[in-house]
Amino acid sequence: MSILLKNGSLKGEKNVDILIENDKISKVAPGNSLKDDKAEVIDLTGLIILPGLVDLHTHLREPGREDAETVATGSAAAARGGFTAVHAMANTLPVADTAGVVEQVWNLGKSIGLVDVYPVGAVTIGLKGENLAELSAMADSTARVRIFSDDGHCVSDPVLMRRALEYVKAFNGVIAQHAQEPRLTKNAQMNESELSGRLGLTGWPAVAEEAIVARDVLLTEHVQSKLHVCHASTAGTVDILRWAKGKKVNVTAEVTPHHLFLSQIHCESYDAKFKVNPPLRTDDDINELRKALAEGIIDVVATDHAPHPMEDKEGEWSSAAFGMTGLETALSVVATAMVETKLMTWADVARVMSEKPAEIGQLTEHGRPIAENEIANLCIIDPNASWKVDAKDTHSLSTNNPFHDMTLKSKVIHTIFRGKFSMKSGQVQK
Amino acid sequence: MKKHLVSAHDLNKDEAVLVLDTAKELALISDRPVKKLPTLRGRTVVNLFFEDSTRTRISFEAASKRLSADVINFSAKGSSVSKGESLKDTAQTLQSMGADAVVIRHGSSGAPHLLATRNWIDAVVINAGDGTHEHPTQALLDAYTIRKHLRNNEGDLNGLKVAIVGDILHSRVARSNAILLKTLGATPIMVAPPTLLPVGIEKWNGEFSYDLDEVLPQVDAVMMLRVQQERMSDAYFPTTREYSRNFGLNAQRLKTMQKHALVLHPGPMNRGMEITAEVADSTNSVVIEQVANGVSVRMAVLYLLLGGSNSETGENN
Repeated sequence: MSILLKNGSLKGEKNVDILIENDKISKVAPGNSLKDDKAEVIDLTGLIILPGLVDLHTHLREPGREDAETVATGSAAAARGGFTAVHAMANTLPVADTAGVVEQVWNLGKSIGLVDVYPVGAVTIGLKGENLAELSAMADSTARVRIFSDDGHCVSDPVLMRRALEYVKAFNGVIAQHAQEPRLTKNAQMNESELSGRLGLTGWPAVAEEAIVARDVLLTEHVQSKLHVCHASTAGTVDILRWAKGKKVNVTAEVTPHHLFLSQIHCESYDAKFKVNPPLRTDDDINELRKALAEGIIDVVATDHAPHPMEDKEGEWSSAAFGMTGLETALSVVATAMVETKLMTWADVARVMSEKPAEIGQLTEHGRPIAENEIANLCIIDPNASWKVDAKDTHSLSTNNPFHDMTLKSKVIHTIFRGKFSMKSGQVQK
Repeated sequence: MKKHLVSAHDLNKDEAVLVLDTAKELALISDRPVKKLPTLRGRTVVNLFFEDSTRTRISFEAASKRLSADVINFSAKGSSVSKGESLKDTAQTLQSMGADAVVIRHGSSGAPHLLATRNWIDAVVINAGDGTHEHPTQALLDAYTIRKHLRNNEGDLNGLKVAIVGDILHSRVARSNAILLKTLGATPIMVAPPTLLPVGIEKWNGEFSYDLDEVLPQVDAVMMLRVQQERMSDAYFPTTREYSRNFGLNAQRLKTMQKHALVLHPGPMNRGMEITAEVADSTNSVVIEQVANGVSVRMAVLYLLLGGSNSETGENN
């Protein structure tokens, strides 16, 4: 079975034909130059071709919270969003802190086969921040874990963080830190600001994130390891990252689509679909995050797709769960925030949503050049689409989508995963 | 008027004055031997209290009863709420029972807002205090009390200065008062140690200070807020003695105030902490009167929001 993609725009730069045979790209040639009578021919005129998207930060909830999401439903949502690889966060039940659990998730992903599911291992046992999990066992497992994170919790103990950073050097691992100083964020509900004071919601100061990022950057430099900063959300974090990169510290950082697009003003509705960790920040933060992403100070976009059942989101703000879904809207949000605004090109989108995340995750078959003999993982986008988000129209089991009813630009039309359509014309190929 | 009273922002100046004027009329009832009007006969008011507050609950209960409404007290303790029933389910239960107004006290900021905006319930929603957000009827009764003494029970509060002293950060009373005083033309001055002022206080409509002694001579009224026990153990200030020395209202400080100046407190008071017994019982103190005014103001709110003017004719059945 072969597929011939006709006349698509490669990263928005030049029109090409791409012939896919089995799981590989066998030919890349100028637009409308290839013919193949056996192949299924798809006309991509006017559409953008990117390498398949790679998410460094996805909550698939399985095992344990199959009411919110499963590897199967999350994989379908990912395929629909243009992703060919996702990294499943460790805060499942049981926690992904042993080789057994990460292999279970890895195998589930394989058997579903819509997207490669790479488990993230917990840094500490049970995410408790007390004792290191068996990091080496997870690294050596068939899941080949390289990213470790207690996401949802901060590794706040500086000694433990230092040890984790040091320990993963043995297998070239990276610690992905959820930067949240716990004492500064006790019962915190939203960004600390004039607005939090007015709404009577306990403030979550920017410094609670920045203090940890600053500390971790210094620790990383000291022990010569690798740090990845999860969901950077403040202008101050950008400043620290800029300083660290200037000093050649081995640090990378991600920003979520929602932190590029939504400000704290949405908290005024007391609608908990806008409750997220870290919290939505100010317009100034959004502007700095966008600039930093365009500039490369922030390396990648990661969704922090965090599905929650309705009952955990429709009640009063302070008892609602943190998090929002994001896999199916990520590309469109980034296009609207970054491409429509001329801050980035489609080649930049390929960099921040595929190439760099694959590099950080040390994936060899994703985020690769679109060239002959590469595995055919592709994301095909209509850059002229304009669509209204409907939270209920989703492959996720959860509907806590903050972009509901908003109009976004650009839409993923097809996703090709290992040479086959995982989504074709908007339809996930189950 | 808006349908609900969730925030002091829900009232513009004319509406706020209308509430106070209506309260003045209704206060006359409380002086009669039979303290009752038939205005809300057949209407059901639910006091939905997820937090204990005997004072506020009985004030609303008295207000409802004086207007002849049927009152149902729904307290979280001993109800299904403590078994994890959601706000939505509780609201829908009340809807099925035909509540016309829900007076809600909730520990979570924004809960009354959800009740008013989520189409779970048709009833009028009156916020009786939500988390650290707002307590608009307390602000109304404070404004009523100030107006009665300093503005001859008429009009607005234009030109008056009012100090609000204490735990501004966690106080729903302070928030609603800051908004309503501003609406009525007065200037609120927030006074507290910096740890008990919210971040961004400089952007609030009003002034703030860390120095009670500097503020007291300028103001026409001072509202002393209760200092919650848990603040004392959470490093907001070093000791209760130091707090009391700097921010407590005592007889010496009272002497620095203008003769006509009023002392208010939403109660219950920590005598000896934020206010001394001498000040609480002084002629400047209107603390006891605030309680009576609370009933009148809440009658006015129920009357105006439940369309009492129609049912008064007896034709609204």
